[in-house]
Amino acid sequence: MLKRAQALFLRSLGAVLALVYVGGANSESAASQLNMPQGVTEVSQAAYDIHMIMMWICTVIGIAVFGFMFYVMYAHRKSRGAVAENFHENVLVELLWTIVPAIILIVMAIPATSALLKVYDTENADIDIKVTGYQWKWQYEYLGEDVKFMSELRTPQDEIYGREPKGEHYLREVTEPLVLPAGKKVRFLITGNDVIHSWWVPDFGVKRDAVPGLFTSAWAKTDKPGTYVGECTELCGSGHAFMPVVVEVKEQAEYDQWLADKKAAAAEYASTIGKQWTFDELMVKGEEVYNRSCAGCHAVNGEGIPGVFPALKNSVIALGPVVEHLRVVVDGIPGTAMQSFADQLSEVDIAAVIHYERNAWGNDVGDITQPIDVLNYKQAK
Amino acid sequence: MQTSHRTLLAKLLALAVAMFLFAVFVLPPLYDLFCEITGIGGRTDGKYEAVEVRVDTSRQVEVQFVAANNAEMPWEFYPMEYSVVVHPGESRAVNFFAHNTTGENMVAQAIPNVLPNNAADYFHKTACFCFDNQPLAAGEQAELGLVFILDPDLPDSVNTVTLSYTLFDITDRTALSISQIQ
Amino acid sequence: MAHGPATLADGWVKYISRWVFTTNHKDIGTLYLWFSFAMFILGGSFAMIIRAELFQPGMQLIKPEFFNQMTTMHGLVMVFGAIMPAFVGLANWLIPMMIGAPDMALPRMNNLSFWILPFAFAILVATLFMEGGGPNFGWTFYAPLSTTYAPDTVNYFIFGVHIMGASSIMGSINIIATVMNMRAPGMTYMKMPMFVWTWLITAFLLVAVMPVLAGAVTMMLTDINFGTSFFDAAGGGDPVLFQHIFWFFGHPEVYIIILPAFGVVSQIIPTFSRKPLFGYSSMVYATASIAFMSFIVWAHHMFTVGMPIAGELYFMYATMLIAVPTGVKVFNWITTMYKGSLTFETPMLFSIAFVILFTFGGFTGLMLSIAAADIQYHDTYFVVAHFHYVMVAGAVFSGTAAVYYWLPKWCGKMYDETMGKVQFWIAFIGFNITFMPQHFLGLAGMPRRYADYGLQFADWNMVSSIGAFMYGAAQILFLFNVVRTITHGKPVDKPEVWEGAEGLEWTVPTPAPYHTFEKPPQVK
Repeated sequence: MLKRAQALFLRSLGAVLALVYVGGANSESAASQLNMPQGVTEVSQAAYDIHMIMMWICTVIGIAVFGFMFYVMYAHRKSRGAVAENFHENVLVELLWTIVPAIILIVMAIPATSALLKVYDTENADIDIKVTGYQWKWQYEYLGEDVKFMSELRTPQDEIYGREPKGEHYLREVTEPLVLPAGKKVRFLITGNDVIHSWWVPDFGVKRDAVPGLFTSAWAKTDKPGTYVGECTELCGSGHAFMPVVVEVKEQAEYDQWLADKKAAAAEYASTIGKQWTFDELMVKGEEVYNRSCAGCHAVNGEGIPGVFPALKNSVIALGPVVEHLRVVVDGIPGTAMQSFADQLSEVDIAAVIHYERNAWGNDVGDITQPIDVLNYKQAK
Repeated sequence: MQTSHRTLLAKLLALAVAMFLFAVFVLPPLYDLFCEITGIGGRTDGKYEAVEVRVDTSRQVEVQFVAANNAEMPWEFYPMEYSVVVHPGESRAVNFFAHNTTGENMVAQAIPNVLPNNAADYFHKTACFCFDNQPLAAGEQAELGLVFILDPDLPDSVNTVTLSYTLFDITDRTALSISQIQ
Repeated sequence: MAHGPATLADGWVKYISRWVFTTNHKDIGTLYLWFSFAMFILGGSFAMIIRAELFQPGMQLIKPEFFNQMTTMHGLVMVFGAIMPAFVGLANWLIPMMIGAPDMALPRMNNLSFWILPFAFAILVATLFMEGGGPNFGWTFYAPLSTTYAPDTVNYFIFGVHIMGASSIMGSINIIATVMNMRAPGMTYMKMPMFVWTWLITAFLLVAVMPVLAGAVTMMLTDINFGTSFFDAAGGGDPVLFQHIFWFFGHPEVYIIILPAFGVVSQIIPTFSRKPLFGYSSMVYATASIAFMSFIVWAHHMFTVGMPIAGELYFMYATMLIAVPTGVKVFNWITTMYKGSLTFETPMLFSIAFVILFTFGGFTGLMLSIAAADIQYHDTYFVVAHFHYVMVAGAVFSGTAAVYYWLPKWCGKMYDETMGKVQFWIAFIGFNITFMPQHFLGLAGMPRRYADYGLQFADWNMVSSIGAFMYGAAQILFLFNVVRTITHGKPVDKPEVWEGAEGLEWTVPTPAPYHTFEKPPQVK
């Protein structure tokens, strides 16, 4: 009887939730709009399970407590002629409602503990990946493989500021996703470069703060290839909302191929760094890099944010000697938000962006900065 | 003002002042101590003096090395070997490569971390570049040495130990003047 | 003294000097309450800016940099400017009248502790107009975003926090001294109204933790300006240490906000149930144990920082335990209503809504205590929804209830019941439309403090914004109702005002004269 009533209740609650969902439906699946995702790893499943257990316990207690309260509000109202009694204590009842919740809590602690143990089981990983939070992008380094790259938001500023319609993957797309093999245990070593970030992939049940000077670890293992999107979850400055995490899980063979391509591309890049670029090629490339990596502070129009981030338009650096410009971009300016881009941008990117800054928005130095110049600058030091 | 108010006021003000002093002068060292004991944050102990050699050859543990640069630290910095396999109790030396790629003389400090946290207490360094700050002149390169021993009491559940260093630029805050480097 | 306080009829100079130099607990209480309401409107308008920007995906109205300043200022102004001073104002007005004292124990300090507050907030708000902008690192101001990477105005922020802290500490010392030394003969501790009890405990919490906050910002100050490295790993410090110190202050702080609210509700529910508070002594013990436990659970705000598992387990278990004394309180309130003779005037409506919504926030709090699940909830809108259920539906609803409940006693006029009920329903519905969907947003993966979000979060954000505007409108109605009561309200002259009201404050004439209990009453 009780079981049937419970099943009926669950079903009707499900129907209500489904109705709510239809009201708020967009294009995503039903669950993702209202509830925690079950995800694709053991940890995310454990988090989901304990979440649901807690939610149901709270729901049942809530219905009992509020049900009683609403009954009292109906039955003992003055307008129905209720006369107040005068009791104000009952030791037995008070003891009961102290002890019973305590027992419920102790029971809840058991699954809660076993779920947490799973989170911390980082031993025996097949692959180690260093994840570093930067303002405002992620760097992934495949340890022992000599592969590392930056992953930053690909959504153009024009979409963010409403000058162009928003794409399907608005704020959920990056220049280069993290790629993982299915069926392998991956350990993430997470750290921060500047301020504290937090690396979150809901479908993996992984959320770890990326603290500068500190390394922490988390892990994931999934058999389901696919694309999983996450976010930065620790306030890290003005680009906080604009540094998504995108992870692609591939079958082992595809992953091996990807890794091999990645290494080959790096080798090829190293050999073509000497290529001479034309003025216009660099402008196109530079605008792309600038809008992605610099416009967050210095603004798309190069005017910065007065009082916070300096303008580049008509600035001393952008119009002055190129070596000073290189120094600022490659080494950064200590003690300010202008960090070193030596590790974050490639030589080609740095050359292009410097070229662009010197020749855009009415700046007209007219010189050409080549990737080889950047390399020479770095090596000369 | 009544005397009873005055004594109470004095006591409560003393409590407030005490809590302030507690926050500034007691909590930080207490936290450091706590971290060292429990390995929170994977901090390692200072220099270790090996007392006896008891190499546990029946067991192999992989030790990985990871390097990171903090913001504004343009040096090249990486471990010369990514991982080594050691027996607990065995002393092993490894090197990190550092290259000051800038045109300025700089001083760096490496901050170590050990993962997993429960291995931190068993990771002993008999020599480490992280004990001192590391000055490098403009363009200078160096191999920075580390000698370590894994304690044979390392918990059995640990098969891999990861030692990571974050390199910070401390040129501005160090007392070592640039002229001393040259 | 004999002819009472200066009024407008005595001229502007005298009238203003009265308020500036007053040492009267009722005047100071009034000042605190009006100040906190002004801050509530200011913090609320920051919230309106936030919700307007989040109405749709994309950046429409403001820049992300300014958005971060808004979230930070909203939190700081609401916590330190609106909620805390509101309850200090209630304490000033009510505690002397409830324990039969003529005034607060330290009246001149009372004046000082209020009058430094406006300066603290003037400094804080002024940073918004300075070069570099206001604080943009969240009300939790984690280092190094608030140190190495902070705008230069952070020094003003630190100065402002110091002043607020000094004000709170002085206010609390005053309350402790009043309660401990100035009770009327026969008013033993276990006869004190619950509101006095909760404030006594809160005041001790404040004296203990506000200096810790002062310590945290002082360490920030020296890190920024004098080359120390408490929170900088490069010099041997640790950014995580900041979080430990902050939450060592911050967790007791949230109980500082909610305990006086418990006290208010424990006064109002018995009145409109016409029945004494059920389980008075267990209420006192529950409050004390909540206060004690608030010191030993702080790191549950840091489950994702990478603590060792032993630490996570300890903080999880300790946090779960807080549900026990909190549950006792809720059961006591409901049992107080049981077999009473209930009526539902506006203060009672707000109090019942408090019990329901606070309990709901308590449930999500319990869910958040489970470390493995918290990894998914942490720093998402689920957390935002949780703490707004306990802070808005908790503290603000109970504050509103308190104003409606004691307003007739303060000014001798009755508020408009219909308008009060209309305000209640707009606030109640608006609040739930705002914050219920934020649970869904958080579970679906929207992090907090986001200036912009992906398209999958668009619908619920729009709903939430509409609710927020509705809730905001309810506050305008609240202001209107209060002002209209003072100017045009129907006069009340019965001392007890409410049929079921018990306590010394209801034995003095209505409106309460400028000086009450100059001769202490005898409490049986």
